[in-house]
Amino acid sequence: MNDPSQNADQGELIAMRDVDKVFGNGTVAVRDMSLNINQGEFVSFLGPSGCGKSTALKMISGLLSVSRGSITVNGHPAGSGSDGNDIGYVFQEATLMPWANVYDNVYLPLKLHGVNKAEARTRVEEVLSMVGLANFARSYPRELSGGMRMRVSIARAMVTRPKLLLMDEPFAALDEMTRSKLNDEVLSLWESHGLTVIFVTHSVYESVYLSSRVVVMAARPGRVVHDIPLPDNYPRNVDYRMSSAFTETCKKVSSALEGTLHNVDLNH
Amino acid sequence: MSISIIESSPGADAITPANSPQIRRERREKQLRIILPITAILLAVGLWEFLVWYNEVPHYLIPAPSLIAKTLVTDWSSLMQSAAFTVKLTLMSLALAIVGGVALGMLFALSRPVEMSLFPFAVILQVTPVVAIAPLILIYVSNTFVALLICAWIVAFFPILSNTAIGLRSADHNLRDLFSLYQATPLQRLRYLLVPSALPYFMAALKIAGGLALIGAVVAEFVAGTAGQNTGLASRILESSFRNEIPRMFAALFLVSLLGIIIFLVTSWLSRAVLGHWHESEIKRER
Ligand SMILES: Nc1ncnc2c1ncn2[C@@H]1O[C@H](COP(=O)(O)OP(=O)(O)OP(=O)(O)O)[C@@H](O)[C@H]1O
Ligand SMILES: [Mg+2]
Repeated sequence: MNDPSQNADQGELIAMRDVDKVFGNGTVAVRDMSLNINQGEFVSFLGPSGCGKSTALKMISGLLSVSRGSITVNGHPAGSGSDGNDIGYVFQEATLMPWANVYDNVYLPLKLHGVNKAEARTRVEEVLSMVGLANFARSYPRELSGGMRMRVSIARAMVTRPKLLLMDEPFAALDEMTRSKLNDEVLSLWESHGLTVIFVTHSVYESVYLSSRVVVMAARPGRVVHDIPLPDNYPRNVDYRMSSAFTETCKKVSSALEGTLHNVDLNH
Repeated sequence: MSISIIESSPGADAITPANSPQIRRERREKQLRIILPITAILLAVGLWEFLVWYNEVPHYLIPAPSLIAKTLVTDWSSLMQSAAFTVKLTLMSLALAIVGGVALGMLFALSRPVEMSLFPFAVILQVTPVVAIAPLILIYVSNTFVALLICAWIVAFFPILSNTAIGLRSADHNLRDLFSLYQATPLQRLRYLLVPSALPYFMAALKIAGGLALIGAVVAEFVAGTAGQNTGLASRILESSFRNEIPRMFAALFLVSLLGIIIFLVTSWLSRAVLGHWHESEIKRER
């Protein structure tokens, strides 16, 4: 397989084989999805609303079961338990516990895994300063801005030092400035920690800026229609965002995405 | 322009946290919150005193507040004994309601089938007026105090049960997913997710149940009459009404209200103490 990313040849991390997801009410959320993701890739799931991006992500994390087919993560069936430490999940909303302060929110995964307090303290402080919130450890979620809450959520996902980071439209509700700042933060996290990231988004620009590969999905039934490898030109920065290469790639991905919208119109 | 001036010279008229308009407004609001109700009540009592005196209303119809106060002093020991009895009854029934309601609420939240089979009984207990069941309970239970306790408990129990069950179910779905992702044990899930999520619901129930326990205690005693020796405020009221001692009746009534107010204040304070730093219902919003 000709993969563009530099760290991508470290072997397969996720394998989805012929996966279907049919909900109890008969909705076919995902049909016949097969996908291999290698270690170190930054994959974006791009597609119109309701095409099963979140569903796919939840199945990979093991939060949802598959109706048909199989998913393995690191060789184990998804959600089998052996990878509880290895997955970080960032939900579309920050999903913080309102009764706990920032420190305790980030500490939660370590507490659940019985990591001793001293060790946990250094790790929590480490990730909090990584997302630039070291001074807000004692604040409560309601005292933070939306972008800060999102960063707490990212810190919480990172505190277990996962190998796989799943992010479900994490920045959809944020303004452009905060969004591009957090994009850069996620990129530098990915580059420095040897992570594998699956990033769900609606935004073509975001997916092109961040990922080493864009998986375009179509709706009804949710399925993969394009799998587009992107140029390996990390580290990316503002200059790349302004470059003509970036615009070209965006055009390419956009037209792939438009194709999926066209399909939807035909189906109706 | 003006901003830079304030920043560079924090002079006498600079806005400091201590005298900012917002803080001042808050302080005044806080004072008003105490002063206004007290003044209103004092005025009402004064008006009552005046009207009784001015119209020469006989004290066996409506006693003046001063006479009620005098009765409170002269009958102090017997009234206090009765008040102690009512307090004991109320607090014990409330405690039992909390224990029973929380335990059963947890059971309901853990198991749908248990809830479906037991919930009708809880509803029947709730919708049947306690005045209607009390005579039966008094017949079947020989110990009067225990009978009264059961009556008051029935009234206070239901809000705690239903709110605990709802509260334990109300945890955010994404947070639940998060706990699943990190493979939390059932106990961890209960302790770190379900209980904190249920707390606002429980606190709301506690405020209601506190008042209901008192109502249950008084109503049950009314039904029981002055059967027992060691009797509560409701019996004092009944007894005074038989003997036409209206001031004493008012004095006992005053103590019952006072008790209700204290219960309300304590549960409200508790709710604020527990939820104040995070829950919407108790947070003071800044404007
Ligand atoms: N719990 C559920 N029960 C029934 N149907 C569901 C459920 N969750 C999702 N679906 C359906 O599955 C399909 C895919 O949903 P999903 O949430 O994966 O979409 P998505 O691509 O994440 O959309 P969006 O971009 O709007 O978040 C939708 O048609 C939705 O109605
Ligand atoms: Mg979604």
